[in-house]
Amino acid sequence: MSFEKFKNLKSTAVPLPIENIDTDQIIPARFLKAVERKGFGDNLFRDWRYEKSNDKNVSFVLNDEKYSGSILLAGRNFGCGSSREHAAWAIYDYGFRVVVSSYFADIFKNNALNNGLLPIQVTSEELELLMQTVNADPNKVIEINLEDQSIVVPESDFELSFEINSYKKECILNGYDDFSYLQNMLSDIEKYEQDRVATF
Amino acid sequence: MEYTTLFDKIWDTHIVRKIEDGPNVLYIDRHYIHEVTSPVAFGNLEKRGLKVLRPEKTVATMDHNIPTLDQHLPIKDLLSRAQVQQLEKNCKNHNIELFDLKHENLGIVHVIGPELGLTLPGMTIVCGDSHTSTHGALGAVAFGIGTSEVEMVFGSQCIMQTKPRRMLISINGKMNKAVTSKDLILYIISQISSSGGTGYFIEFAGDTIRNLSMEARMSLCNMSIECGARGGLIAPDQVTFDYLKGRENSPKGEDWEKAVKEWSMLKTDDNAVFDKEYHYDAADILPMITYGTNPGMGIRITDRIPENITDDSFNNALKYMGFEKGQTILGKAVDYVFVGSCTNGRIEDLRMFAELVKGRRKAENITAWIVPGSKAVEKQAQKEGLVEILEAAGFSLRQPGCSACLAMNDDKIPPGKYSVSTSNRNFEGRQGPGARTLLASPLVAAAAAVTGVITNPADLF
Repeated sequence: MSFEKFKNLKSTAVPLPIENIDTDQIIPARFLKAVERKGFGDNLFRDWRYEKSNDKNVSFVLNDEKYSGSILLAGRNFGCGSSREHAAWAIYDYGFRVVVSSYFADIFKNNALNNGLLPIQVTSEELELLMQTVNADPNKVIEINLEDQSIVVPESDFELSFEINSYKKECILNGYDDFSYLQNMLSDIEKYEQDRVATF
Repeated sequence: MEYTTLFDKIWDTHIVRKIEDGPNVLYIDRHYIHEVTSPVAFGNLEKRGLKVLRPEKTVATMDHNIPTLDQHLPIKDLLSRAQVQQLEKNCKNHNIELFDLKHENLGIVHVIGPELGLTLPGMTIVCGDSHTSTHGALGAVAFGIGTSEVEMVFGSQCIMQTKPRRMLISINGKMNKAVTSKDLILYIISQISSSGGTGYFIEFAGDTIRNLSMEARMSLCNMSIECGARGGLIAPDQVTFDYLKGRENSPKGEDWEKAVKEWSMLKTDDNAVFDKEYHYDAADILPMITYGTNPGMGIRITDRIPENITDDSFNNALKYMGFEKGQTILGKAVDYVFVGSCTNGRIEDLRMFAELVKGRRKAENITAWIVPGSKAVEKQAQKEGLVEILEAAGFSLRQPGCSACLAMNDDKIPPGKYSVSTSNRNFEGRQGPGARTLLASPLVAAAAAVTGVITNPADLF
């Protein structure tokens, strides 16, 4: 489905320096029983945000009032595990628009891009620097510009550029979805089916 | 002339359009769907006023949410019941074949597809489930996708994907005693890590692979995703053709002859170059077991947990699992044994388990869930007398479903309890909040089930 356009963002960030965060942590399986895309934000990192008693786990960063914002900084290999797109929905519905990590798992990365959630890959040194900046000053606003493919921390000399596939960049800048693109080429798809040589 | 790999041959011949500095539009031969990742896709399709473009290429099953006991009764959990009913409604509306709870071929999607000859060499196959890589065992390019992509396939029978790079993993040599293909893949992941395959599609090769049965190949390819790869495949050969001959949807008669001829050409060219290669010796591989909270944290069952790793995620994993650096796993008492899942829920897996437990008794401290991957597997187990062997040893066979692999149904491991599981993921809370999962082969699971502690199955033969 289509999503909001994303051109640039100025926001504080939430640091989550844990590596190998898998999609079972992002959205536990018991929340996948929904038949509609609703309420996933409430269950983001459910088993880390809440104790078994349903009290908030005060040591988890999302429950720490110091940190807030639409940017999530996460340790390497973010989103590994299941293909559940619900993980990207949960992150987006909670309010994040960008995840910055030093490494993304493949399926999660695709799911994020397909939902207008921007996964930005930086080097581990750059990630560490961002984490330190935010820990030192949780109110620091970070500027992300998709058009320029840049991340800037104002009033510092921290500036980096990131890679993104140019087709996906166009889609996210304009809020286009792949579904419509594919619908517009149905006649080419039918021709492919007719031309196929396989006999079975 | 360009020399290409098997993966290239299948991928490249399915490209409908190459987008400049963007993904390929890839045609999909087979779309498997299940009740968890399809409802929102169907809902969106309907909002757009569209129908599924190629229902005849779409196959549906219900497996993640369903109970594994009393399947003839209405599902107790209301949300699970709603999801299952939604799938029934959607399949009826779009004229899609559905293997529902009453169907004689009900089962886990990645078990029934191959069983029914719905997966064939050279196909491109997708499903909203990461273990779709299983079908690669038959020489297909098969991979998991998200719900938005499920929607795209519904609407156009195509998907947009960046072509992964090519990785070769070859294993040569004779397998050691009590080693299964599950141990091979756990060993590989322990060597290259749970992110070592990200961005790649793997071809598994080598004589050790050639000597695996089709079901053993499926267990191996199933876990390709656990090292981060998009998928993994094995070139078709006589084992593949023998497996497929006569299956319900396999080509018949003249079509069969033609098909085998074409499938025989599906192999990597001798001079083709992969982007990355790993080579292993089967002599180095023993029965494996995981000790941590990702599938890469595994050791040979006779080894000790590593001592000299210092990073936080390693320490946190050990803390969650209640293990210490440098300790042995052998002899550790466990609580649950789960045999099943799309990884190891087939007849050969049940045979292995039964052979080891035959004449022995389930240990007092163990609760065991033995879950066949499909109704066909269940019937075969009954026919072969495996059920009697299991019952004599104090085990019982449940009904098919994904069950405790991800605990979406009632089969949940309680907090803090140890489970030896033939499934594919040991993440924190995967089998239930606080559950501690040790991934292993059906033989390691059987050994634990009869001794009550982690035991090397090689010692019990």
